[in-house]
Amino acid sequence: MTEVIATNQTILVVGGGVSGMTAALEAAEMGKKVVLVEKRAFIGGRITQLYKYFPKLCHPTCGLEINQRRAKMNPNLTILTLAQVTDLTGSEGNYSAKVTISPRYVNENCTACGDCAKAVDAEFDNEFNYGLGAMKKRKGAYLPYNMAHPQTYVLDPAMIGTEDAEKAKAACKYNAIDLEMQEEVLELNIGAVIWATGWRPYDAAKIQPYGYDRIANVITSVEFERMMDASGPTGGKLIRPSDGKEAKDVAFIQCAGSRDRNHLKHCSRICCMASLKQSTYVSEQFADSGKSTIYYIDIRAIDRFEDFYKKVQANKNVSFVKSKVANIIEDKATGNPILRGVDTEGYHRYEQPHDLVVLAIGMEPSLNEAGFPGEVVINEHGFIERDESNGAIFAAGCAADALDVNRAVQSATAASLRAIQVVNRVAGAEG
Amino acid sequence: MSELNIAMVEKYRNSFLHEVEANVEEGDWVKMCMQCGVCSGSCPLGSHWEHSPQKLFMMIRAGKREEVLSSDSMWMCTSCYNCVVRCPREVPITHIMHGLASYAKRLGLVPKGQQTAKFAQHFWDNLVKKGRVNELKLGLNLYFMNGFAEGVKTSLKMKDIGLGMLKTKRMSPMEIFGGHKVKDLDGFQAMVKKAQEIETARIEKNMNA
Repeated sequence: MTEVIATNQTILVVGGGVSGMTAALEAAEMGKKVVLVEKRAFIGGRITQLYKYFPKLCHPTCGLEINQRRAKMNPNLTILTLAQVTDLTGSEGNYSAKVTISPRYVNENCTACGDCAKAVDAEFDNEFNYGLGAMKKRKGAYLPYNMAHPQTYVLDPAMIGTEDAEKAKAACKYNAIDLEMQEEVLELNIGAVIWATGWRPYDAAKIQPYGYDRIANVITSVEFERMMDASGPTGGKLIRPSDGKEAKDVAFIQCAGSRDRNHLKHCSRICCMASLKQSTYVSEQFADSGKSTIYYIDIRAIDRFEDFYKKVQANKNVSFVKSKVANIIEDKATGNPILRGVDTEGYHRYEQPHDLVVLAIGMEPSLNEAGFPGEVVINEHGFIERDESNGAIFAAGCAADALDVNRAVQSATAASLRAIQVVNRVAGAEG
Repeated sequence: MSELNIAMVEKYRNSFLHEVEANVEEGDWVKMCMQCGVCSGSCPLGSHWEHSPQKLFMMIRAGKREEVLSSDSMWMCTSCYNCVVRCPREVPITHIMHGLASYAKRLGLVPKGQQTAKFAQHFWDNLVKKGRVNELKLGLNLYFMNGFAEGVKTSLKMKDIGLGMLKTKRMSPMEIFGGHKVKDLDGFQAMVKKAQEIETARIEKNMNA
């Protein structure tokens, strides 16, 4: 059984991405008791799947390592992975949360040696790589990714009851595999809640004219990001899914799902900078033989990002076409996607082939998927609104709005301070 | 220049966008266009137009009154609605195209000999007569729209299709005598007349306001 001590002076943080991690650590380092609940088998969220941050082009693994170390060292912080909040009732200073923990089938004896993975044959889609490329699959016993925290393997629930599960158990030298592990439900009493469930990429297949579901060489920005990871699906090479050819002529389509009343009404804010950043990946990999073309309605690189935009504009291998692409067809002979549309600077009709098309996919709040287990005000875009009636439930990061990492961290720190004030009041009242 | 046209030029002067907003069906949506160009790129006949929808909207905002109203581009719209379903702002582009065409016609600015405008008139006349489209008469009208010789030529070219339709009872030769009609023809015509009166009154009110 998982033992978690929580009182109405405890802060519950839901979601262990960069926002949830930040909020939890800020509060824990202030001496508050924090329980962090994460749906996936590891903390870090979507930043673990990024190659570089904009605008500094540094690696997310760096900050992630610092945060993971902060988490390991702090006795005030309890992290629950494979866990979800399934019910939330109560009011400021006194909430009751039901946390459902799915079985990992691996206990803390695990040393991450990987023998279980070698022993099993069953393979499943690798969600970490968005099902992309040659490393589309992962084993049924797996470590989600190299730097995963906790460094504990996971057994896919679909494998339980099969011969493979027994093979994994037999291969383990540390008695770390427990096939009898059951789902657990914890009832926690807490004082304040930080909701940081983040975002997910908009379903690209819904943008019918772009043919994401029909054309192999049309991918999304999050998949493109995975290609740059040296231990990722393509071993760090920018190649086309159809034939493995180097993708030297890459088109980026902005507002793929965002600012569109047929899809997401809001501007996702990250995509302009993400595509500008990704154009530097093309240059990084192919130097002058790599070309990027950015198709856009308008580039929204606000305040200090303007410098980054200027720098990319100055690169002669990056061109900009002011036009929302109307549709994409595939050249069957070459596998090249052909982009069709009319540009706004001169109204020229184009029909332009590229090696690879990257859809700068919109940011959809994860809340849309599961809904909220309690009562909060959610706006028309699916984000949590700041509202008095939310009590001590504070949204952080992309649960609150479409934000980049920098602004998500600011939002998380703010949410953390609000939650700290609540538990301080509770402590004060109880003397 | 028609009298109405002169009056409207006088009234709106430098604000053609306001004129479109007031007088063209769905014209108040024009300002919502963000010039992304997805409509122009999605138009199946786009390459045959001089002015794509996106361009027309920009011209409206730029006050290019003569060029817009005497353009034949909006007459080329086939109402496929591809632009409307793809427009990220849900601008009713197809309706605006027809609105512009209709307003240009009211002002007497349709380019001379514009074929779609001509056919549209035949279609309208045919429809209001009985409240139902008489396909036999409409077809013949269309063939002979540009003179007798061309009419005979087109009729001969199309005769197999016509005979085929007769044979499969998709078209009745009896339609040539009067043809089928709606149940309450008087009511239908009164309704059309009333609608036209309301529309004319609205435009005249705008002119005098």
